[in-house]
Amino acid sequence: MEVIAVIAPLVGAIMAGFFSRFLGDRGAQFITCALMGLAAACALVLFKQIDFGGMSGAEVAHVVPLFTWISSGALNISWALQFDQLSAVMVVVVTVVSFCVHVYSVGYMHHDACKARFMAYLSLFSFAMLMLVTASNFVQLFFGWEGVGLASYLLIGFWNYKESANNAAIKAFVMNRIGDFGLALGIFAVFKLFGTLDFSAVFSSVESVKDVQMEFLGHHVHALTLIGFLLFIGAMGKSAQLGLHTWLPDAMEGPTPVSALIHAATMVTAGVFLVARMSPIYEYAPDARAFITVIGALTALIAATIAVTQFDIKRVIAYSTMSQLGYMFFALGVSAYGAAMFHLFTHAFFKALLFLGAGSVIHAMSDEQDMRKMGGIWKLIPITYAMMWIGSLALAGVPFFAGYYSKDMILESAFAAHTQLGEFAYWCGIAAAFLTAFYSWRLIFMTFHGRPRADEKVMAHVHESPLIMTMPLAVLAAGAIAGGWLFFGDFVGKLHPFFWGKSLFVMPDTDIMEQAEHIDKFHAHLPTMVGAVGILLAYLFYVKARHWPAIVAGHAKGIYELLYNKWYFDELYNIIGVIPAFFIGKKLWKVGDGKIIDGLGPDGIAATVSASSEGAGELQSGYVYHYAFSMLIGVVVIVSAYIFYAYR
Amino acid sequence: MITFPILSLVTFLPLVGVLFILFIKGDDETVGHNARMTAMLTTAATFFLSLYMYMGFDTSSGDFQMVENLKWLPGLNIRYKMGVDGISLFFVLLSTFLTPICILASWDSIKTRVKEYMIAFLVLETMMVGMFCAIDLVLFYIFFEGVLIPMFIIIGVWGGPRRVYASFKFFLYTLLGSVLMLLAILAIYNQFGTTDIAALSAMHIAPGMQKWLWLAFMASFAVKVPMWPVHTWLPDAHVEAPTAGSVILAGVLLKMGGYGFLRLSLPLLPVASAYFAPLIFTLSVIAVIYTSLVALAQEDMKKLIAYSSVAHMGFVTLGIFTFTQQGLDGAMFQMLSHGIVSAALFLCVGVVYDRLHTREIGRYGGLVKNMPRYATVFMIFAMASVGLPGTSGFVGEFLVLAGSFQVSTTFTALAATGVVLGAAYMLFLYKRVVFGELTKPDVKAMKDINMREIAIFVPMVALVFWMGVYPTSFTGVIAPSLTKIVKIYEAQNAAAASLPAAVERKAAVKKDEQKAKAPKEKAHEGKKK
Repeated sequence: MEVIAVIAPLVGAIMAGFFSRFLGDRGAQFITCALMGLAAACALVLFKQIDFGGMSGAEVAHVVPLFTWISSGALNISWALQFDQLSAVMVVVVTVVSFCVHVYSVGYMHHDACKARFMAYLSLFSFAMLMLVTASNFVQLFFGWEGVGLASYLLIGFWNYKESANNAAIKAFVMNRIGDFGLALGIFAVFKLFGTLDFSAVFSSVESVKDVQMEFLGHHVHALTLIGFLLFIGAMGKSAQLGLHTWLPDAMEGPTPVSALIHAATMVTAGVFLVARMSPIYEYAPDARAFITVIGALTALIAATIAVTQFDIKRVIAYSTMSQLGYMFFALGVSAYGAAMFHLFTHAFFKALLFLGAGSVIHAMSDEQDMRKMGGIWKLIPITYAMMWIGSLALAGVPFFAGYYSKDMILESAFAAHTQLGEFAYWCGIAAAFLTAFYSWRLIFMTFHGRPRADEKVMAHVHESPLIMTMPLAVLAAGAIAGGWLFFGDFVGKLHPFFWGKSLFVMPDTDIMEQAEHIDKFHAHLPTMVGAVGILLAYLFYVKARHWPAIVAGHAKGIYELLYNKWYFDELYNIIGVIPAFFIGKKLWKVGDGKIIDGLGPDGIAATVSASSEGAGELQSGYVYHYAFSMLIGVVVIVSAYIFYAYR
Repeated sequence: MITFPILSLVTFLPLVGVLFILFIKGDDETVGHNARMTAMLTTAATFFLSLYMYMGFDTSSGDFQMVENLKWLPGLNIRYKMGVDGISLFFVLLSTFLTPICILASWDSIKTRVKEYMIAFLVLETMMVGMFCAIDLVLFYIFFEGVLIPMFIIIGVWGGPRRVYASFKFFLYTLLGSVLMLLAILAIYNQFGTTDIAALSAMHIAPGMQKWLWLAFMASFAVKVPMWPVHTWLPDAHVEAPTAGSVILAGVLLKMGGYGFLRLSLPLLPVASAYFAPLIFTLSVIAVIYTSLVALAQEDMKKLIAYSSVAHMGFVTLGIFTFTQQGLDGAMFQMLSHGIVSAALFLCVGVVYDRLHTREIGRYGGLVKNMPRYATVFMIFAMASVGLPGTSGFVGEFLVLAGSFQVSTTFTALAATGVVLGAAYMLFLYKRVVFGELTKPDVKAMKDINMREIAIFVPMVALVFWMGVYPTSFTGVIAPSLTKIVKIYEAQNAAAASLPAAVERKAAVKKDEQKAKAPKEKAHEGKKK
């Protein structure tokens, strides 16, 4: 059963990828969807089967070993599928959302020439993601980690005739590699410290090495903190945290179902999963957690500020994703792992819903993504409109929608941490919550309301999406509405120690989510209040007084430019990274290899040899008096030397 | 157990093919056809014979197996001694696997002097296999040098426009290194009176002498690997060589350097190896970063892959000199993986070169449209080159870095940046060749890979995944031999470290003299006879 849940997508990918000529587009679509559905069904059964520790909170991890992978000296790594509470939750999220996206894609990619290839990539991605979340050791996790990176690369660059798509794909892959560089070093450090890379073996001996120092780049540092930092660099790359985030907005070059599946619901949350999985390590590395808190809080805020100024509907949602990931990270930073996972869970549904809804809009608008060219279409596509409302309500944390429960929990936990960083994160989160509500309704009002700004041809073509696209939306909408209160008790409420069991480890005396229940009313309700203000303000700006945005942008031109240009991260990286790399490469090639090594080495020696042999050739002039003269010189030299040495 | 001298058979079987080809007569077309067929059959037979050898190999042992020990120069105590252990076994297989692929790859592209071309390749195969099987220094040296000659001819005769420059550069570079190795071999023979590698690895060479010998060996191997800064022959040689030449060059010839380090430097000169390890680390890390950056700026496909080879081999040397089990396993695996992957990448270049006759990256673009199968194959090998987990490239790099992290975090961190740069230059290459709009009319007219080319790529793709998903079937065989090297290394360095330097030197010299006497006496006996 476990094996089927993981392998089925791979089978689908191979069938659709290599045998599409025999299957045809229809066959490929059917097979990948069916196998993905099968995987989702297995996942749900498995989720049911996992005895969530009962009341004992015991360890229920059960590992299905497959076969040996790498074995070298003390290093033994197997392919294995580990199912515990944490991975079971992830498997459910991945398979269910992936299934929805698979089905949706059948409709969305209706006009595309390469349907089978698209389905194959989607299934390949699902397989890699499942391998990631069910890994029982670091290396298999790394396999899944890079595997989803590959799938993401292939899917971002799916329309490979577009220059911008190709560049975005490369950017995503290379940026992720920078993160993976940190992750890999972290894995090596784990191996050096523990002598093994199996999760269970590592986690059970964390306490015994909690004071060990390790040499790194010539400095002696606390080993677990170092590992925590390095692993988090990997998480930053994959989850687009501030500093390694610039690939995510560009990744919107990919088809919209891809954005929903990979760049909202699953892959980008892998970093969150990683840190949660490593909770036994992070609990002993408070400095690393402090760093995570700061990065998470800043990401949440900065991404939200950028989202307010963007006009591309998908980019707005992309920045929103980044911002929400920031929330999850600072929750992890204050040890509220359950809250982070809860938000991951609810976010997967409502953000996938928003993306697919946006896709439905784009589909209806003949592939237009600029919100300035939309408007006035809500009556034409009512189902999509309703779905976008549901998604936005959940995202903004309006009471009783999914996001309300999870986001409030995160903010309350941050506040309840009673540390300066926790408080910092709380206020960043509040500000971001306000902005979130504002840009969500900005999106809705600009896209659906007001007077139509598209040309007549496009407007005439606006149509509601077919059933195959709206059905998956409905499933996700159900999750976005009910996912919160249904699972609140298990994920973060009274039952959470039993629900998570041993899969999440929190220091016994700092159960932050317990304390989060008891913070004062004002701070607990503040997120909801600022959300309401945000929605109201968006209504004023984009429905009632449409000239306001221009006035505000005009008055704060500097800030507006900064936000509109995404804080100039891309420009900065170009100047300090990309351009120098090419420049140095060229110099090393032409000067280093060409002039210095070859010039002084082979070519130089060859030139010297031929020059000196030409010189020697000159000596043989053929004139007797030349030879006689040189003989005379020789005689003089020999005689003088003889005299000199003999009579000294 | 295999009772007949299988190693000699595998080594010299290609020469039988040469004999047949020499007798082929007729007009150009029939000669070409028959020469191709004969070469193909011979190399295929050699490959199957080497598989049979693999089957008979006892995978649990780290010692030399299937040893053949014949008198050769009896008066000098130099013997014809062949044998394989876990290290050389897969190199033999790699050589016999790649040669038929080379023949197949040159099926249509070589039109002139087909007969001579095939002869050159068969001789080359004999030399390569012999080099990996020889366990006597003199025999090893002869094969090691012998490889140069057919390769020199292949580049110089069937190469591109600057072939003469490239072939001379290649030849002189490598020869210069080898001459120093010959000196070292003479010095060893002079002291111990034997050139038997197995016997020598049991002896303790004085640390002072080890250092000189090590430098002499290193001069030869570093050129072959190639290590920075003696790598500049490689891009030229690759660019000018015909496709199959590049395949062998990247697939097997570069491994001779790494093999030399493993076979000679480490077991014979462990103290010096430890002493010079920081030097190798530095050069390896420079190689990784330097050549990765250079690769980023290339406009010639073959040059780009050639530079990436230097970077990948930097991981190999880094791994070897960690002296950890992971590092050595990783280095070995990286060599095998690189042997397949870079060979395949050169074949990928060959495919489009055969069609458009240019290696300039900018001339291509949009191939995914008219050559989808080619795009898939190229993608797989590009990803293997990038080191994506699940492909062979990952296992080697991962093990090497895991091993080197135990020894030095700084060098590991620096070398790991190569992984980022590697992704950058490979994907950038792929994008420019395969993706983009298909606009150029001559590129549009290119046809997708045919059955012959598919037959070349399928086994290589299978190997890349096999090695990536279940590498244990390789590392399990290799590990015992490498464990032995680690043990020799640790024992000798522990002995060297436990004594104060001066005393130790004397003791070692004494020991060496005692040990040296025995074989010398034997040698004298041989003379009398």
